[in-house]
Amino acid sequence: MLALRPQVPSTLMGGLEEGAGSMKHGILRASRLVETLKGQGVTHIVALPDSETSHFHNALRAGKAIDLVPVSREGESIPIAAGLWIAGKKPVVMIQNAGLFESGDALRGMALGINLPVVMFIGYRGYNRHGDTPDTAAQFLEPFLHMWRVNYYIIESDDDLDRIPLAFQRAEKTGQPWAVLIGSEYAPG
Amino acid sequence: MIRYADSVVTIAKLRGDAVCVSTMTQSGYWAKESKRPDLDVYISNGMSKASSVALGIALGRPDRKVLTLDGDGSLLMNLGSLVTIAGMAPVNFYHFVFDNGIYAVTGGQPVPHRADFKALALASGYRAAYDFDDLESFVTELPRMLREPGPVMVNLRTVAESAAHGVDQTWESNARMPKQMRVVQAALAKGKQ
Repeated sequence: MLALRPQVPSTLMGGLEEGAGSMKHGILRASRLVETLKGQGVTHIVALPDSETSHFHNALRAGKAIDLVPVSREGESIPIAAGLWIAGKKPVVMIQNAGLFESGDALRGMALGINLPVVMFIGYRGYNRHGDTPDTAAQFLEPFLHMWRVNYYIIESDDDLDRIPLAFQRAEKTGQPWAVLIGSEYAPG
Repeated sequence: MIRYADSVVTIAKLRGDAVCVSTMTQSGYWAKESKRPDLDVYISNGMSKASSVALGIALGRPDRKVLTLDGDGSLLMNLGSLVTIAGMAPVNFYHFVFDNGIYAVTGGQPVPHRADFKALALASGYRAAYDFDDLESFVTELPRMLREPGPVMVNLRTVAESAAHGVDQTWESNARMPKQMRVVQAALAKGKQ
C-alpha cells in the first residue's frame, strides 16, 4: 500500500532529526511498541507493511519474540487473527487506514460478527493534529470507525503507550475489536 | 465429475482429529457427515474467508491437521490468500476446493472464468496440488495426500448443484457461528492439556 508521509507538526518531528534528541516526547520508538506488545502476551502480528511501519517491522524481526504473519491483502488479516484466536493465541492486526477500508466486510463478519477481542493497530496515513489534510484516507478513518462502532485510541509518541494495555483490557472486557491509531511514523531504536 | 455428498463422505472418514473450516454449500454437506462437530468451524458470515481462518488455526496449532472446504467462487474473492498461505507454509494445511463453476448459494450464476486452481496453487508456492474429476481416483489418493506435508491443495471438479435457498441470515443462524468458534476453541484448549 502506498502511503503519504504524515504531516506531523514540527514539534513532533524534532526528535527524529539529528541534534534534536532532547525532544523525546515526540518520538514513537518501534522497539518500545514491540516491548509493549510482548508485555501484553501478543503471540502473532498479522500485518501488511506500509511506509510508516518499516522501522517497526525491523524491530519486530530483531526481537523475534512475536511471530509475523505477512498478508497479501489487508482483508485477510482479521480472519487470520480470528483463526489464531480460535487456536488459543493472542494476535494483533497491523494495517494502514486505506487497508482497513479494504477490510470492511472482514471487520463486519469476522470481528464484530463473532465478538473477536482483537486489538487492531491502524496506520493513520495523512494524519496531522490540526486536521487539515488533503488525504482522504485520513479524512475518512475516524468517521469509518464511528460508523462501525469500533472504539479507538490515537498514539503519537512513547508517552501514549499506556493506551495500549488499556486497549487490550477494553477488547477483552467488551468482546469487541479495539483500534489503536498510529498517528506518527515509528522511529528507529 | 464428483458430487459434493460423495467427496464430503470420503473426507469425513479420514479427517481423524483434524479441525475443519468450511464455507457456503460445503458446510451443509459437511454438517451431515462430520463425526467431530466440536472441531468444525462454519464460515457462514464471512464471505470468502474460510482459507484465512484455517490458516490462522493451522499456525496457532501446528500439532493439528487443518482442512478447509472452500469453493471456487469463494477462493476467487480471496485469491491472494494462496500466496499468504504459501508464504507461511504450514505443513498441517489441506485446502479442498469444490470447483463447480457457479455461485451455488446465489442461484447458480457462473463465476467470471474457470480458473486452473491447481496451477494457481503451485505457482503461488503450495508444496503440492492435485486436480480430480472422478471420485474413484480421489478416494484412492486422499489417504496419501493427507500424509504429505502441506500446504496441499486438492481441487475437486464438482457437479454444479445450485442451492435450494441462499445462506441463512437469521438472528439464530448468525449467532451460531461465534458460538461454534468458541466450541472449537474450547476443544482445542482441552486437547492441549
